[in-house]
Order: sequence, then structure tokens, then C-alpha cells
Amino acid sequence: MPVPHTASAPEATTDRALRTFLHGLPGVDEVGARARAQDLSTRSIKTTAKAQAIDLAISMIDLTTLEGADTPGKVRSLCTKAALPDPSDRTVPGVGAVCVYPDMVPTAVEALRGTGIGVASVATAFPAGRAPLSVKIADTAAAVADGASEIDMVIDRGAFLAGDYLKVHEEIVAVKEACGDAHLKVILETGELVTYDNVRRASHLAMRAGADFIKTSTGKISPAATPPVVLVMLEAVRDHFAETGRRVGVKPAGGIRTTKDAIRNLVLVNETAGPAWLTPDLFRIGASSLLNDLLMQRTRLTTGTYPGPDYYTLD
Amino acid sequence: MIFEYAPAPESRSVVTLRESYGLFIDGEFTPAESGEHLTSLNPADETKLAQVAVAGPADVDRAVAAARRAHDTVWSRMSGAERGKYLFRIARIIQERSRELAVLESLDNGKPIKETRDVDLPLVAAHFFYYAGWADKLAHAGLGPAPRSLGVAAQVIPWNFPLLMLAWKIAPALATGNTVVLKPAETTPLTALVFAEICQEADLPPGVVNILTGEGGTGRTLVEHPDVDKVAFTGSTEVGRQIARAVAGTDKRLTLELGGKGANIVYDDAAIDQAVEGIVSGIFFNQGHVCCAGSRLLVQESIVDELMPRLKERVAKLRLGDPLDKNTDIGAINSAAQLERIRDLVDSGEAEGAERWSPACDLPENGYWFAPTIFTGVGQAHRVAREEIFGPVLSVLTFRTPEEAVGKANNTPYGLSAGVWTEKGSRMLWTAERLRAGVVWSNTFNKFDPTSPFGGYKESGYGREGGRHGLEAYVG
Repeated sequence: MPVPHTASAPEATTDRALRTFLHGLPGVDEVGARARAQDLSTRSIKTTAKAQAIDLAISMIDLTTLEGADTPGKVRSLCTKAALPDPSDRTVPGVGAVCVYPDMVPTAVEALRGTGIGVASVATAFPAGRAPLSVKIADTAAAVADGASEIDMVIDRGAFLAGDYLKVHEEIVAVKEACGDAHLKVILETGELVTYDNVRRASHLAMRAGADFIKTSTGKISPAATPPVVLVMLEAVRDHFAETGRRVGVKPAGGIRTTKDAIRNLVLVNETAGPAWLTPDLFRIGASSLLNDLLMQRTRLTTGTYPGPDYYTLD
Repeated sequence: MIFEYAPAPESRSVVTLRESYGLFIDGEFTPAESGEHLTSLNPADETKLAQVAVAGPADVDRAVAAARRAHDTVWSRMSGAERGKYLFRIARIIQERSRELAVLESLDNGKPIKETRDVDLPLVAAHFFYYAGWADKLAHAGLGPAPRSLGVAAQVIPWNFPLLMLAWKIAPALATGNTVVLKPAETTPLTALVFAEICQEADLPPGVVNILTGEGGTGRTLVEHPDVDKVAFTGSTEVGRQIARAVAGTDKRLTLELGGKGANIVYDDAAIDQAVEGIVSGIFFNQGHVCCAGSRLLVQESIVDELMPRLKERVAKLRLGDPLDKNTDIGAINSAAQLERIRDLVDSGEAEGAERWSPACDLPENGYWFAPTIFTGVGQAHRVAREEIFGPVLSVLTFRTPEEAVGKANNTPYGLSAGVWTEKGSRMLWTAERLRAGVVWSNTFNKFDPTSPFGGYKESGYGREGGRHGLEAYVG
């Protein structure tokens, strides 16, 4: 599909070239984007489709704990749950990854050894990103050295909002380099970017700088992964693929708590970026309490009864 | 992976249909004097839904007499606040029974439940609420200090939005103290008959609302009836002309809301993803059975190669099928006759040299179906660019300059609606100012609201419905 608007990506990355590229992207009409997201939220996913969606959603979860109060014990128990979400039903798939702060990476790596589940670490002075680049790189390198296979970095929203796109770009490039083989997810913190035009521009900026995933939010700012934001990001990865042939993943995070929320996200993926994105390699959901709701709905579908929350482990 | 949505049908058990329905005259259901009837079909599978009576001249006489009596003795004498109470009550009952009405509308019309549930029924209730609010404020509507009702309104409505068109007609008429005799379309009479039940449930005084089912002949007898004071018609331009001729030289007031060939203008700086959505909803909403549909897409030449693949990709995602499935985007064509007309025009498009495209799309075996269709390489002279198709068929034309866009958009005998897509405010205003269309949508399409007047230029009719302007057609 020819996409002249985005196909004019510049060879050399200069501030002027980046600005020309990002400001040349087509605008997003806010009312229209909201209306489309709302329209897709009315899709009715039942029976076999629901069962398929629940298992897919479970396999896409980045099971997350990002609290100042996190302890090794808490991280270990989260890892146990990640590998075996429902001890009473071994047909439940494991989650996509466990997401922790950098200092918890060794604990998580140890706890997940042999399960095939990776460890994602937030880095780059998460969540504010207000640290010198050298610190961000060191933060990233330490997490990778400790065994993190995925890095969730934050962009410098201040620089982005000030129009210093080159700074944002260079930071992403530097962090990507520090990642080595680890996959890089770039958090846009859309709640601070505010407009959908900014979300589209930041998405393309991150993808051009080498992001493997673009992620909505840190989970520390509200609003987070709203459906129209996810829609605009999915349009961005679709367009980037049309232009470059490279598929970049999307990770909504923050505020996705119920099975209904998760399924709505899968419908957005299916009808925007397309079915090729319906894999944990290209779509993740950053969440913690979502997993138990998915498990409850799964039990309800398979057994016909709806067990109470006490039948599911807290972490 | 392939994510197949399992069938998610809305239950039809909320609808209880009688085997046959009489006419609703003077507050009661009564058989037609001739005993004639017609059968309403479900266009999605051609099964029979119910029999309805065909009103003849004697029935029209009875209904008009009942409406006259109700007008002179009860309704026009009642205070506006009292009339408002009845309208509010009707609006609330519609909301309470909205699921039933939505399912019935989908069964009788073929449109998807998603639309009847999320668009038709909320708008129907909103119309009654809106005009209920005007009933006791008519002196402040800018229509003179004491606007007076006209008398008996003869109202003939189409099959594309059966209950919504009923609401557009009945709500302002009743709010202003008129009484009505309404004829629903022959292929979609059923929700109007349930509305008659709602009038009974609301204890509306007998004769204020009368519903006469039937065919074209019934409508003609009704609008030609000498004791009718006001005629309101929504439908084809051809029938509109006949009505205008029939009413000419009488004292009857007339409003006509007729056909259209709406232009949807997309400039090169448009928000392209939302423009694609607007193009899709502009022509594929309600299977394109929309008088204000954006059936002519005018794209600036510099983005046509970017826009068309996106549009086609999006159209390929539309889900066509069972109207009662909650995930259906495109339902059935309303009747065999309409399907025939769409086929005829589409064939002419191909014969005249336009390029026809439809996505891979399985059509159900029974019922009346037509795949979403796009014509490219369309010239202004092609029939598909000039005639109203009233189906899911989009004609794509291009333009180079804003002047050319406006020139092409206005180059039609119609003038009901238009859409403009640009991120530039000044260009939006410049364009909207020059379009000769009753409604111009800015970066959206097919948005309706009871507070907003609706109506056409030229062969799209005259008079306005909706909003404060909608009152004007019913007061003297």
C-alpha cells in the first residue's frame, strides 16, 4: 500500500528532517478517532471467539509489579503465577513476560528459569525519565546484564513537547544500542502527550529510532491506554509496516483491568493493524489485576460457574 | 492468527408479532373495509413476518374524520403543557420498549441491529423528548406570539428509517397541536403499528394519531383527501413531484424531503484515517439507503493513490450478514424491487465504462443482498454519478482545486447533504459557504440530532424538519 505521507522519511536524521517528517504526517481528528474506537468497542465477542480471545490475552500479558514497596518475595510469587496462572487448570497458557524494576531483574530471572517466560525491565529512570542519558544507558545496560530480555524505556516527554525531536530520537537510538539483543519497548506516556496528533508523531518517531514495540503508558499517569490512543498507535504500526516492511509491536498499559477491556483491545488490533499483530510477539498488554479477571471468565466459559475472587491467587 | 467472531445474534424473543394487523383509526385497531391486505417480509431471508391491512378510500375518510374530530375537540384545545406530558410519556415508553422496537425494525427493514439499537431508537426517543419540550414554549419559538395548529396532517414516510421518520413527522405535529394520519411504507409497516400500541399505552386521546398501512394508492388517496390541511412526505423525488402536483392549487401546506446525491469532499490535508471512516459511514451506513448518503466521493487528485487503497482495505473489513447479529455492519437490501434498481444502476455504471470493485464477500443465499461496491474512474456524465442509487454503491470522482470540488459537488439536481474533510478551518468555511446543500457535515458524516434542522435544496425538496425550524411547518 503506497503511503506517500510517511514514505518521505529522510535518510539523514537531522532535527530539521525529523520535524519535516513528523509534521508532515496526516492529522488525527479527535472526534472521529474516538467515534471509531467507540464503534469497535460494541463488537460482541461470544462463546468460541471469547474462549480464543481469553487465552490469547493471557499469553499477551506483561504481568507487572512496579511499586516502590516491591520485595523479592513479591516478585517470586508473581513469577510463579506468570508461569502457571491457574494451578487448578494446566491448560491455561503462561503470560507473555514479567515486568519489574531493574533491581528485581535477577530475582525474576532466577524464578522464571526454565519456564520460557522472559523478564521485561523498565529502565531509563522510569517513570519520569528525568535523568542524564548516561544514567539511562547504565540503567538499561545493568538490566540487560542481569538477564532482562525486554527493556521498557520512557521517552523524554519534555523534549518531545518542546519540539526537540532529535533529542528524543537520539536517546532511543542510544538505549536501543545498550539493549543489545534485548527487545526495546518505547513508552510514549500518551497521557502527557495529550493530543492524538502527538501520539501519532511520537509513535513514528519511536519506530524510526528503532523501537521493537511502542507502549502507551507507564501506568503512573492517567489517562493511560484509552481505546482511541491504542487505535492511533495501531494505525501507526500499520502504516510503518506499509512503508518499511517492518512490523513493530504495540503494548497498551494502564487501566486495562477486565476481560471486556482486553477483548476490546484485541478487536482494535484485529480490525486496525490486522490479524498478523494478534501474537504476543507483536501485541502485549501491561497489567496486573487483569489476569485474575481473565481466569475467572475462562473458568466461567469452561465450567459454566463463576467462582468468586477468593479462588484466584492475589499474586 | 485468525480471530473469527462467533455468531452473536440478538434474540428475537422480545418481539411478539400478531399474525395480522388492522388499521389504527380513532384509537382502535380496525379492519380495512375492503378486507385487502399485504404481507410484510423479512428481507434478510424472505420469510413472512405479518399481514397488514391495505387502507382504501373509505378507511382514509374514517381516519381523516377521526383526526379532524380529535383536533377540533381535544388536541388543539389542550394546553401545550398537557400535550407535552403525552409526548414525554410516549418518549419514555419508546425507551422502555427500545430493544423490542430495535429488533422488530431490523427484522422488517433488514438493517443491522447495531444501527437500530445505537442510532435509530435513541434518535426516535430523542425526537419525542425534544418536541415534547417545545409543546408549552411555542410562543417563544419565534413563530409569532400565539402560533396555531394547522389541523390534520397527512404524513407519508419511507422504508429506510421507518420509526425514525415516523418520529420526525409525528413529534413536531403533535407538539404544535395538530393531529395526524400517517402512512408507513408498504415494506416496513410493523414498527409503526407497535407505535400505535404505544399511543394506546400512553392513553393518547383517540384520533390524535391514526396509522394507515397500505401501498402507493393509499398514500395518494390520503394526500389528496380534501379535509387534510398539511401534507408531509419523505421519499423519492418522483413521488414528491406527483404530490406537489396534487397539492398545487389547494390550501394544503406541503413539506417534501426527497432524494439526494450527496458529495463527500476530501481535501489533501484531511485527517486521512477519519476521512476513510467518514466515507464508509457516509455510503455504507444503512446499506446506503439514506437520502443524505455521501454517494459521490470527491477526492483531491494528489491523494487519490494514497486514499483508495486505505478505503478498499477498510471496506473489505465490513461484515455483511444476519441483521440481528450484533457484529453485522451491512444488512439486507430492503426489498426485491430496490435490489433490482441497484443492480440496474450498477450495470449501467459498468456499461458506461466506470471501474467496479467489491471486496470478496459471501452473500447469504436467501433474501436481498448487495455487496459494498465502489466505482472508480467515474465521470460527471455517468448515471452512477447523477442518479440516486439508494444502495451500498460509492462513485469516486477526483478534483484538482477547491473551485472544481465545489463546482462538481453542486452540479446535481439534488442538494440535500455534503461532507467536507480538511484540517484547515478557513478552507472548511470557504467550502461550506459555497455548497448548495441543506446539511454540510464538517469532518464527519451522517450525524443526526433532533435539535438540528434537516432538509434540502432544489430537487431534494423543501421545508425543514428537526430543531426549532421543524415547528414552522406545522403552525399557521
